[in-house]
Amino acid sequence: MTLEDALGLYSYWIVIFLMMTGFYIVISGKNLIKTIIGLNIFQTSVFLLYITMGKVQGGTAPILRDGGGHSDHHGEGHNHGGEHGEAIHQGSEHGSVVVDHAVQQASFTEDVIATVGEAAAHSGAEYQGVLYTNPLPSVLMLTAIVVGIATTALALALIVRIREEYGTIEEDEILAIDRKSDS
Amino acid sequence: MIDQLPILLIIIPLFAAPLLVLLGSRHLALPISLAVVWSVFGISVALLCRVIQNGPIGYELGGWPSPYGIVYVIDYLSSFVMMFVSALGAIVLTYAPPSIKQEIPFSKHYLFYACYLLCLTGLLGMCITGDLFNVFVFLEISSLSSYALISLGKTRRAPLAALHYLIFGTIGATFFLIGIGLLYQMTGTLNMADIGRRLSEVRAERLLAGLTQFSRTELVAFAFMTVGLSIKMAVFPLHTWLPNAYAYAPSVVTGFIAATATKVSVYAFIRLVYGIFTPNFAFETMPLDTALMIFSLIGIFVASVAAIYQTDVKRLLAYSSVAQIGYMLLGISMSNVDGLTAGIVHMFNHALIKGGLFMVVGCFALRLGSVKLDDLRGAGKTMPLTSLAWVIGGLGLIGVPMTAGFISKWLLLTAALEHDWWPVAVLMLLSSLLAVVYVWRVVELLYFSEPSDKAKRAKEAPALMLIPTYIVIAATVVFGCWTVYSAGLAQKAALALLAITESGIAPGGTP
Repeated sequence: MTLEDALGLYSYWIVIFLMMTGFYIVISGKNLIKTIIGLNIFQTSVFLLYITMGKVQGGTAPILRDGGGHSDHHGEGHNHGGEHGEAIHQGSEHGSVVVDHAVQQASFTEDVIATVGEAAAHSGAEYQGVLYTNPLPSVLMLTAIVVGIATTALALALIVRIREEYGTIEEDEILAIDRKSDS
Repeated sequence: MIDQLPILLIIIPLFAAPLLVLLGSRHLALPISLAVVWSVFGISVALLCRVIQNGPIGYELGGWPSPYGIVYVIDYLSSFVMMFVSALGAIVLTYAPPSIKQEIPFSKHYLFYACYLLCLTGLLGMCITGDLFNVFVFLEISSLSSYALISLGKTRRAPLAALHYLIFGTIGATFFLIGIGLLYQMTGTLNMADIGRRLSEVRAERLLAGLTQFSRTELVAFAFMTVGLSIKMAVFPLHTWLPNAYAYAPSVVTGFIAATATKVSVYAFIRLVYGIFTPNFAFETMPLDTALMIFSLIGIFVASVAAIYQTDVKRLLAYSSVAQIGYMLLGISMSNVDGLTAGIVHMFNHALIKGGLFMVVGCFALRLGSVKLDDLRGAGKTMPLTSLAWVIGGLGLIGVPMTAGFISKWLLLTAALEHDWWPVAVLMLLSSLLAVVYVWRVVELLYFSEPSDKAKRAKEAPALMLIPTYIVIAATVVFGCWTVYSAGLAQKAALALLAITESGIAPGGTP
């Protein structure tokens, strides 16, 4: 690995550095709040990992532009996608004309989904001449961020209760109190 | 309607939970959640029946075709696991009211039910989904709600135990997330069957290009995901969160989580090894089978010995749970039909046995106000039915013939002998003796010692708790004699899993 390669992966170095920092704080921290902060840093490093892998150099935000009517088609495709199952279902009830229509719709929908899907699946794929960044990792991270917030909130709530019961948030002091009450 | 069953299974408890919070009613919460858990159980039984009749079902969410959309996969394994998870969920909740009335303040009851339903949703979701990121999301739903449930315990140590579990659990889940990210980076897809397919393509290409068959990304992803799930499964030595969490949680919560949560993580692990990475990779390239075997055996012995020295029945059972997870992993690591069947059926049997035993402990906790061994002395005289349930469940835990525990241990022994792993077989038998010691210790205290003050004053547990307890305990005996729907289904699931790895086609990938 040349120096240039190593520097080119700077984003991953940051991820690893953050990950190890967070993990170390979790392991070594005696203060419960610090442990939770460590946990947060650890989780954040993973967000960065995902966003790094989704980023395509020179790629723009994955919003389909106007022009050529493509964006309209795409919008329709989305709607049809949602109704796909329903359309077929109606078709089986209302005779062959509807069936044909439904089949056409369905195949059109699948085309659109397949193209967009391919574009999404291979980061850096071009769709209609524009290079897009892969949106999926960012979307996944939105979910992960929500999970992270929920975890932090719950952890802080628990720490508040621990503080009320023990009067301290230092882990070794809590353990000492527990040991004393045992004996 | 019948086609929508897979999504209803998730939607009903998922929407019922916030509904309970919004209603905020302390009296409606119980009937609503009972209706929800039993209908969920009904749905999962219906799904299991459909799978038995027509084979695996793939359900595309919102009609988006796989692998672009999220797909739910209901095959033998997932429907089997969902069946017993929802069954235990329903029975434990039916048993719950008298116990939580004593252990949780009345004003928090509706929150307890909401968390319980969310936890059930998460566990079922982990089983049903065919999308890897979805597994993570459901894993976190079930984990977060179980942290909250554990912290409801009466003693002040409950929040601390919950916080420890939270820290461990979050690290585990984040490790899992890192693994998912690396896999996505390699394959560009999140559908499990699709990842499996693309991984095998990548391997073939690498072989053609003269490289080692497995890329480093794959190895690292697998390592992260295995360690992450091992924390959730409480594999020795990553089990340290478990004893405290089980010991200080309310009895009902312990019963539910002990019976289901670790099993579902084992299920996710089976999917990971057999559905995505193939056993060939996991057990031959990576030394996972040796590692699992060693850690399982050490875990079985250390945890069983630790169980013998506990002074608290809940902790005793918690350590025994760590040991029992070892048996499941031992079976899975053998990667032959018998071993895998043993692993899967032990998930079911252990869910029944441990669920039943923790329910018995809940009865003791209700009447004695304590689960210390000293206070249990002589309770056999004042609480004969509860004590008898402990004896029957305990026999199952040891693996005496005619109980469910025997079936799984017998299959495990057969599988070990098939591999010519004599030392493993001998160690397993020895470890059963340790189980005899810790179960018998409690039996002896119950029947053959002078009653403690608390036991003298105790009376038999209410019928509302005894009947569900006896249903579960009776099931351990029934499934020890009649194995069509336990070992039979587990074997079908095992055959299907091994067939995937041979043909390279997973269900749900090509609907």
